Amino acid sequence: MNIVINTGSAAPIYKQITDQVRLGVATGKLAVGDQLPSVRALAEELVINPNTVARAYTDLAREGLIESRAGRGVFITRKRKMFTREEGRRRLEPLMEGLIGEAMVMDFTREELREAFEKKLGQCRWNHTKGEE
Amino acid sequence: MNEQPVIRTQGLTRYFGARPAVYELNLEVPRGGVFALLGRNGSGKTTTIRMLLGLLEPTRGGGSILGHDIRALAPEARARIGYLTEEHQVYGWMSVRGCGDFQSRFYPKWNEKVFRAIIGHFGLRPNALVKSLSRGERAGLCLALTLAPEPELLILDDPAMGLDPVARRSLIESMIYLTRRSDRTIFFSSHQLPDVERVADHIAVLDRAVLRACCPLEAFRNSVRRVLLRFTGTPPPLPKIPGLLQAVRSEGELRLTCVHYNGTTEAALRELKPAQMEQVPLSLEDAFICYLGDRGEKSFILTETEARR
Repeated sequence: MNIVINTGSAAPIYKQITDQVRLGVATGKLAVGDQLPSVRALAEELVINPNTVARAYTDLAREGLIESRAGRGVFITRKRKMFTREEGRRRLEPLMEGLIGEAMVMDFTREELREAFEKKLGQCRWNHTKGEE
Repeated sequence: MNEQPVIRTQGLTRYFGARPAVYELNLEVPRGGVFALLGRNGSGKTTTIRMLLGLLEPTRGGGSILGHDIRALAPEARARIGYLTEEHQVYGWMSVRGCGDFQSRFYPKWNEKVFRAIIGHFGLRPNALVKSLSRGERAGLCLALTLAPEPELLILDDPAMGLDPVARRSLIESMIYLTRRSDRTIFFSSHQLPDVERVADHIAVLDRAVLRACCPLEAFRNSVRRVLLRFTGTPPPLPKIPGLLQAVRSEGELRLTCVHYNGTTEAALRELKPAQMEQVPLSLEDAFICYLGDRGEKSFILTETEARR
């Protein structure tokens, strides 16, 4: 996976890295067992302070998304639930508000939006079943 | 374990005539990592650096560098410090190779590999004459001359000044290369916030001779926040909001930038009864500009001092 960072962005660099790895795992670009570059290698590749990469990796490891194996490298581990249900709902809320707001502005009816949403949902490969760890 | 800061100043002050260039500076630079000294032109960055190196006498106050008093810096201590000035001074009639040979005589720990790696990185031919080099190439040569003695502490005074983007990137890469050894410290002044964002662990902000911030870069970003408040109708007049740096008022909206943002700030903003209130992300550059703005509240982000209280 190719990690890209931008300076001058509203997102701090460590967060740009964690977001891209999370997205990579969520979309299947990164699979369990895939190796990430070492802290030093990624720092040199992106031309950033190694401590920033270390910070990003620490956050990802705490979430259980990656694991550092001594002397071997950094690997994607078992995909785990990142948020509690409640936290997930809290994060979903503003996204839904945004979507509905935009749809209103563009003069969609309730039915049209519901239909579009269902259609999109049907296109997604949904590999998550309730209660899975 | 070496917990002692590599640079520490107490009440460091320097006047030029009646005007203070640096006023009551209490600075602490921890060992290891990259520390950026920020501030607008004329805020006292170069004066600070010159005092730290014993090149300029403080009017009062003092400090230490690598544990040595800055007023009496012995040659042994000086040899452990690399210093790159704003103007890159080298002899025009010498070759790149000649400069390296000349400089290496003064340093017992000269590392030829580092010298070659950096001149190679900047694309310099060893036989090229110094007077034929471009500004960026000259900067690369000076950087190589400063890094090859493997200084424990590297002090760079606005190293990116006048460099093109390619040379600037090479400079940053060389700085990151130096962090391979965790006991090395880089202290640099800069106006280039994208560079600072890439390499700095800690920052200090000087504002008209006074230290306004000295903290981890992340702490600074966390402290300065921007909030968007939406109102149905005209926003109410603004009461005193603690830490307010900037307020932008528009039709049905108030955009506020605050420092030391916390629960108290949030409660004060909720008092305005906005229909909607959300934090909007802020880039380092915007945070910096708002923090040093003329109209905002003068605040201080000094985590080291707060920790000691």
